[in-house]
Amino acid sequence: MTYVNAVFQGIILGGFYALLACGLSLIFGVMRIINLAHGSLAVLGAFITWWIVDKTSLSPFLVLIPSLIVMFGVGWALQRGLLERSLRAGILIPLLTTFGLAIVIDNVLLGVFSPDVRSLGGQAGAVTTTSWKVSQQFSISALGILILAVAVAVLGGLSLFLRRTTLGRAMRATAQDSDTAELVGIDSRGVYARAAGIAVATAALAGVFLAIRAVVEPSAGPTQLIFAFEAVVIGGFGSLWGTLVGGLILGVAQTLGAQINPQYANLAGHLVFLAVIAVRSGGILAAREGTA
Amino acid sequence: MNPLRTTGLSVQRWTKVSRAFTGGAGLLVVVLAFFPMFMSANVVQKLTALFILIMIASMWNALAGYGGLVSVGQQAYIGIGAYGTVWFAHHGVPPYPAMFLAIILAGAISVVFSFLLLRLTGGQFSIATWVVAAAFTVIVSLDKGLGAGTGISLIELNQYGPEHRQDYTYWFALGATAVLLIVLFVLLRSRMGSSLQAIRDDEQAAASVGVRVMAGKRVLYIFAAVGFGAAGAMTLANTLFIQPNSIFSVQWTAFAIFMVLVGGLGTFEGPVLGAILLFLIQDWFADLGVWYLIGLGVVAILFALLLPRGLWGTIEERFGLQLMPVGYRVRGLGRSPGADSGPLEEADATEAAAQT
Repeated sequence: MTYVNAVFQGIILGGFYALLACGLSLIFGVMRIINLAHGSLAVLGAFITWWIVDKTSLSPFLVLIPSLIVMFGVGWALQRGLLERSLRAGILIPLLTTFGLAIVIDNVLLGVFSPDVRSLGGQAGAVTTTSWKVSQQFSISALGILILAVAVAVLGGLSLFLRRTTLGRAMRATAQDSDTAELVGIDSRGVYARAAGIAVATAALAGVFLAIRAVVEPSAGPTQLIFAFEAVVIGGFGSLWGTLVGGLILGVAQTLGAQINPQYANLAGHLVFLAVIAVRSGGILAAREGTA
Repeated sequence: MNPLRTTGLSVQRWTKVSRAFTGGAGLLVVVLAFFPMFMSANVVQKLTALFILIMIASMWNALAGYGGLVSVGQQAYIGIGAYGTVWFAHHGVPPYPAMFLAIILAGAISVVFSFLLLRLTGGQFSIATWVVAAAFTVIVSLDKGLGAGTGISLIELNQYGPEHRQDYTYWFALGATAVLLIVLFVLLRSRMGSSLQAIRDDEQAAASVGVRVMAGKRVLYIFAAVGFGAAGAMTLANTLFIQPNSIFSVQWTAFAIFMVLVGGLGTFEGPVLGAILLFLIQDWFADLGVWYLIGLGVVAILFALLLPRGLWGTIEERFGLQLMPVGYRVRGLGRSPGADSGPLEEADATEAAAQT
């Protein structure tokens, strides 16, 4: 039964990873950039939310509305100010500038908020304390269900948005061939900026859930980036539902690893990731990034 | 026969300046070797730290600037170089040979990971290298024999007196830096050097003209791992104490990117210049803590966007200066084609023949 519980907790954790990863997947899908600041942006979103909650004592779920709008703006500005120029400068430059940005964000958070860990768990209300006990070793927490539901909703919403809406179609067209997209009247700069805005907002949403579920600290960004990336690669680049599956596999691997020894949690995730790279022919992964 | 001869162009590798400079660099290494005899221990330790930065910058540049491989996980090999030394020393190997073995160990481990990581390109390669570094951090943190998370010191070095120890470490670091730079220089001047730059510029095009892309990347990856291993072993010898979270810290990559971007990505001299600059900045501003790191990040971003060839690349471009000749220069391009320029005449002749 402990293993059933571990798998179940892993699925919930996996929902969180999928939520964290979908923005990384979206920016890669549309702009062919791996945003190395993705994890740090998620943590930045969590800290902005924490700061507002600390000042106003409002519920974090209410504060999500302004902070997600702010983070959408951050993503928009990021694209216009940094990524757009980086993309023009060559294929290596976006990696270097986003890595530089991650270092800047991490250290600004460290300078402003000190290295202390912060949590939104206390202010989130009953949802963090409610749980249903199925048996002695197996309980279902309301927060876990909420995170999983939000993850599925966000991924499903994004998927629908890309397939059904005008802006979504414009995004896919721009991703395939931005020059041709421009020929049929799509403003590709605007499309890129909005895609970056959505991606950063989803990262911030994940960051806030991290702070509600556990704690965040200024140095948490790189770890979150690694988890998000592992989820994306395990699931297969380019597919949002793949990202969900990848997140779930990563989450279950970590909770099962933790069953053996709590310190093995992250290592188990890393090993599953390395095994996936080893087994899959490099061609599939490499070709995806090379083409389009 | 050299086909260029008939065009009035000639290909040149060495110039007067580069001959003088390369000779001067060799002489400098010899002079530096005598430094411990008349310099204070403090200076010797600081110069050792500078050599470590030069190794890191040059090796990172070898990967990114020549192989197009942006690794953010080379700290894995810094950690392996350091912890490998501790492990060998604990198993009875004298400290300095232990460092040598640890450097080889870093190279050996990189062979295994090269098969995994080089399947990936671009940003996927970047984060995957980071995952490997994170995995090694966890493994070392779990090993009680290596001090687990709290860190460990190289007590075996105490068998030497403090001043001797500092000098030996200095010589080891100087020697390692010199050897790595010479190997890199020879590598870049060889046929492989041209292949590597072709890979960086366009992998598919390079492959299509018969460049062995994977082999080139693998050589660079393993070579860089050996260099980072040396930097790690030297860091341990210079500071005597290491912790998994600091020796495997991604901050090393931040330093590497700063040095290479400011100095000049894809130039031989640039990273050395960048390392000297970072060394001076660390000396002056490291007390500022996080704001100093923020400054490094901002400067690196600005260089990437506004001056992507860095300080040295810009100087090289503007003045046509190359101190260490790793490339080729074509002479005579400015001149108008001479009267005896064969291919042109031939072209004219065919054209004339077609007209009549």
